Amino acid sequence: MNDVLVIVAPAVVKKGDFAAIGFAQQAAERTGGAVDVLLLGPNASAAAERLQGCGARTLYAASPVGVENYTAEAYAASIAVFFDGREDRLIVAATSSQTREVFPRLAALTDRPVTSDVVAIEELDESSVSFTRAVFVGNLLCTETLEGSSALVTCRPSEFEPVELVPSVSAPIETVELSGEFAHAGKRYVSLEQAASERPDLKEADIIVSVGRGTKGPDEGIPLAEELADALGAALGGTRAVVDAGWLPNEFQVGQTGKIVAPKLYIAIGLSGAIQHLAGMRNAKNIVAINKDQDAPIFEVADLGLIADLFQAVPELIAAVRSFQNAST
Amino acid sequence: MKILVSIKRTPQRDARIKVDEGGQLQLGDVKFEVNPFDELALEEALRIKESRSDDTEVVVVTVGGEECQEQILAALAMGADRALRVDTRDELDRLQIAKVLAAVVERESPDLYLAGKLAYDDESSQIPAMVAGLLGWPQASQASKIELTEDGAIANVTCEVDDGLEHVGVSLPAVVTADLRLNEPRYASLPGIMRAKKKPSDVIPLSDLGDLGARRVSVSNYRGLPAKEPGVKVASVDQLVDELQARKLI
Repeated sequence: MNDVLVIVAPAVVKKGDFAAIGFAQQAAERTGGAVDVLLLGPNASAAAERLQGCGARTLYAASPVGVENYTAEAYAASIAVFFDGREDRLIVAATSSQTREVFPRLAALTDRPVTSDVVAIEELDESSVSFTRAVFVGNLLCTETLEGSSALVTCRPSEFEPVELVPSVSAPIETVELSGEFAHAGKRYVSLEQAASERPDLKEADIIVSVGRGTKGPDEGIPLAEELADALGAALGGTRAVVDAGWLPNEFQVGQTGKIVAPKLYIAIGLSGAIQHLAGMRNAKNIVAINKDQDAPIFEVADLGLIADLFQAVPELIAAVRSFQNAST
Repeated sequence: MKILVSIKRTPQRDARIKVDEGGQLQLGDVKFEVNPFDELALEEALRIKESRSDDTEVVVVTVGGEECQEQILAALAMGADRALRVDTRDELDRLQIAKVLAAVVERESPDLYLAGKLAYDDESSQIPAMVAGLLGWPQASQASKIELTEDGAIANVTCEVDDGLEHVGVSLPAVVTADLRLNEPRYASLPGIMRAKKKPSDVIPLSDLGDLGARRVSVSNYRGLPAKEPGVKVASVDQLVDELQARKLI
């Protein structure tokens, strides 16, 4: 009744999951309960090892038949079975393209209230919980209140402190047998097309170099941005316009309908700062904008703004960064 | 084939929404539109209809008061064949709305249920997945491409996911949500607008649709974002690098 259950599904532990556990611990401190984790997917027990020391009471690993490939139907159905006999106050996961469709389906299956992509916990007691959400393209905040003794919630990973692993604090890893037919006869997983990249993951990186239409494309400004990203060990991101134009694959999109990130440093290059894009990055700790248009809205959120032609400024910046790095080694 | 498209009335996408001291939205001066993502869903339904030879019917449904007729007409003007509005002034939570829509599905028996992947105002991205769960239907989310097999039995969908593009197949009936790159919605033509008023448009009282359970989620206390310290302009790359070093960012 006081416990908080974190769902890691598929069972691939990512940086966002540490933030979700951090969020769960914040909640559990208020309820006085424990945090358990359920990892669901193939090889869940091996994935559970990566969470040792996270402060959970028990790490549950479930790899039932039907979850070999991720599908919302099988994942929601199997998590619903895991709920049997449990009465968690909150069931939590990091926002992701998977949890975005699993959690509402799960809410319908188990008749629980659900809220998505929260950025803060406001109030929490046995029968009511309220969270802060960003709405209207991230221009407003609101309070969403859920009544009842158990609620589902996805949290925005960029807004919560990831839990630090303490190796001495270990939790038992329990393999769970979930019985049932979980694969949906009407759903067939075919394949995943993923751009190969040596660079850090956009959702995990401390530094992001992000490109807009001002870079004029993969034969012009984008290679410069890529070189800067490599010099900084940064991830590469982009606006919707850049993805629509086919200059970057969809998983590089930062914005309202792409990824929402809050890295230590976000460098926006040739990017005007449409509202939908700002929604995806305005909480970055330090925002640098390089744009020759002084009226570009990006300058309203930038901590450091350079009004300059990126085709001049970025090569200079790359040279300066490299010489700084050479000087320190 | 019958395609049911759910549409939501949302404030115009570039409207600056104001909030009063009591934390309420001030929508008095705001114009409304069909949620842009639902428009993508409707456009896709119309394209499917145009490409099939089996007399596909496109039905739109919305939940709300009389003011939603504006969006109903807009959808009919775009090319939908028929419209349904579930009439209510009640503040329903998303699961209740999903139950309403699921009840409409049971009435209409569509082969395909399309909706936008999220609504521009609350951005929750929940209702279509809830509808799929309530109905026990397969779902495909954030579609950038939908291709039906000739016999209309299966939809092959490309979904934009965190790691790239996921390809799935769903057997109809199914729920599919539309993402930005699915298509570019058409503008309603003048003849389309004239025809819209003559197309069948029904109103279903909420009470006709069964038990929705109690409302459990409510929204309040709207406010603006916390003010941010204004940034500084640097005059050169050298100055930028100095600042980045001073802030220990590089």
